[in-house]
Amino acid sequence: MALPASLRVVESGARVYRRTWRGSVISTFLNPVLFLLAMGVGLGELVDAGEGISTVDLPYLTFLAPGLLAATAMQTAAGDASYPVMAGIKWRKTYHAALATPIDVRDLVVGQLGWVAIRLTFVTTVYSVIMTLFGATTLLEGMLAVPPAVLTGSAFAAAVTAYTARLDNEIGIATMFRFGILPLFLFSGTFFPISQLPDAVEWFAFVTPLWHGVALCRGIALDIGFRISPWISFAYLGLWILVGTAVAVRLMRRRLVL
Amino acid sequence: MNLVEARGLTKMFGDFCAVDAIDFIVRPGETFGFLGPNGAGKSSTMRMIGAVSPVSDGHLRVLGMDPAADGPHIRARLGVVPQEDNLDLELSVYENLLIYGRYFGMPKKVIDERVAELLEFAQLEERRSSRVEALSGGMKRRLTIARGLINQPELLLLDEPTTGLDPQARHLLWDRLYRLKQQGVTQIITTHYMDEAEQLCDRLVIMDKAKIVAEGSPRELIDRYSTREVVELRFPVDERDRAAERLEGLAKRTEVLPDRVLLYTDDADRAMVEVAERGIVPESTMTRRSTLEDVFLRLTGRSLID
Repeated sequence: MALPASLRVVESGARVYRRTWRGSVISTFLNPVLFLLAMGVGLGELVDAGEGISTVDLPYLTFLAPGLLAATAMQTAAGDASYPVMAGIKWRKTYHAALATPIDVRDLVVGQLGWVAIRLTFVTTVYSVIMTLFGATTLLEGMLAVPPAVLTGSAFAAAVTAYTARLDNEIGIATMFRFGILPLFLFSGTFFPISQLPDAVEWFAFVTPLWHGVALCRGIALDIGFRISPWISFAYLGLWILVGTAVAVRLMRRRLVL
Repeated sequence: MNLVEARGLTKMFGDFCAVDAIDFIVRPGETFGFLGPNGAGKSSTMRMIGAVSPVSDGHLRVLGMDPAADGPHIRARLGVVPQEDNLDLELSVYENLLIYGRYFGMPKKVIDERVAELLEFAQLEERRSSRVEALSGGMKRRLTIARGLINQPELLLLDEPTTGLDPQARHLLWDRLYRLKQQGVTQIITTHYMDEAEQLCDRLVIMDKAKIVAEGSPRELIDRYSTREVVELRFPVDERDRAAERLEGLAKRTEVLPDRVLLYTDDADRAMVEVAERGIVPESTMTRRSTLEDVFLRLTGRSLID
C-alpha cells in the first residue's frame, strides 16, 4: 500500500539524512558534551560554591541539564527548519520538484516537520544519555524529559518554517538566530530561573515556548514541581505546533504556488 | 480524447498578464511545441498544464481532469522536466530517482526495475552511484528527464529541454526524445530554438507577448508564412541601407536585419542572378531554406533570440 503523501516526504527526509548525517553528527554529540562541561561542571562549581541566595536546592549541573535539553531541541529545530527549507524553496528547488508529483504543499510542510520531529527525538535522546553520563539525572528521568523536549523543538520548527517561507535569502536566517534564538536560549530559564529577571522581561519569557519547554523538561526530569500547571505548558506548546503548521502551510503555498 | 484542452486560458500575476486567453489542444501521441522568445508566456502555460500553477481564467482540462480540483491525480500521470534542473545535488543518481519514485507512492521494487531501464535510456548506467553534483550539464538534464519518466507518464512536459547544453549534448537529447515519441509518449515542449521545434514537434504554436500568433505543423507554418527559400546577403554596415534600397522589389519580401538583408523568394538562384544584374556586390551570400525563425520574424518583426 502506498504511504500517505506526507509520510512520503518524511521518508525522503530520512533518505537525504542517510546521505548527509555526517555534517550534523558532531553538533549532535559534541555540543551537549561541551555545554555540560563548560556550564554545568566548570561554571557549576563556582555557582555551587558561591554564597548567593539559592532559589533552588540543587547542584547547578542538575539544574542546568534538563533546561539545556529543551534549549538544544529549540536550536536543532531552528536549524533544521530554516536552512534545509530555504534550500528546498530556493537553493536546490527540491520543493518545486516534489510539488510536480502528487505531493501537495501541505504534505510537504507536514512531512518536513514530521521529519524534524524524528530528528529531534534522536538528538534529545542522545543528549539525555550524555546528561545521565554526567550524573545530572538518572536515565529514566532523562528519557522522560525527551517527549517535552521534542514538543518544544516541534513548536519552534513550525514557527521557523513559517518564518523561512517568506525569506529571500539566508541573511534572514542569521538574523533570526542572532535576535531570536540566542536571546531565548539565554533568557528562558535555561541557565537561571526567570524569577531573577525584571517583571516585564519575565512576562515576556512566559510567552515564549522555550520557557514552557524548559519548565516541563526540568519539572519532569528532576521531579521538583512546576510553577504553572504542566498541562497548560503542554497545551501551549501544542497550540504553537498547530498554529505554526497552519501558518507555515499558508505562507509556503503563497511562496511556491504561483 | 485530447490530452490537453485549453480555451481562453489566462494567467495573471497581479496586473501583469503572462498568458492572454490562448486556445490549443494536444492529441495523444503527438509532440506539441510552444515556440517563442523568453517571456512569451510559455513556461507559465506549462506550469498550468502541470497542475502546479492555478489558472487565472478560462478553461483547462488535462487528461480529462480539472487541475483546480484534481491536481494530485493529474500530476500522478504526468512527467515534468522543468527549465531549471532541481535535482538533489547531494544525493546519488539512484537516490534521486528513488526518492522521486517514492513521491509517486511506487514500491521500491518497482522503482528499482524502472531505474535500471531509465539509466540505460539516459545513458547513465555507469553513474548510478555518482553524486549528482559531479555530473555534466547534459547528464543532469538526462537524469532530470529520466526522473520525469519514473512513473511511466502518459504526458511528458519539457520546459526548454536543451537550453544551456552544448551541441553534442543537445543532439543526444533530441535522439532520446525522439525514441520516447516512438514509444508513444505524448510530449509538450517549450523552446526558443526554432531548430529544436522543427526537429521535435509534430505541431506547434508560436507565442509572442502572452498570445498565440500562429499554429500548425512546422511545414505548414513555413508554407503559410514564408517563402520556399531565403537569400541572406551581408553588407558592410555603412552600405547596408543603400543596398537594401536597391534590392527593393527583387524578392517577395525583404527583411533588413542589423547585420544582413534577407530576401524571401521561391527561387533563390534567380534572385541571386538579379542581385548581380543590379550591380549589387554583397560581402557574402548564403542561400537556405525557410525556417520557423523566418515565420517568427514575419509574424512579430523580431528574431527569436535577441
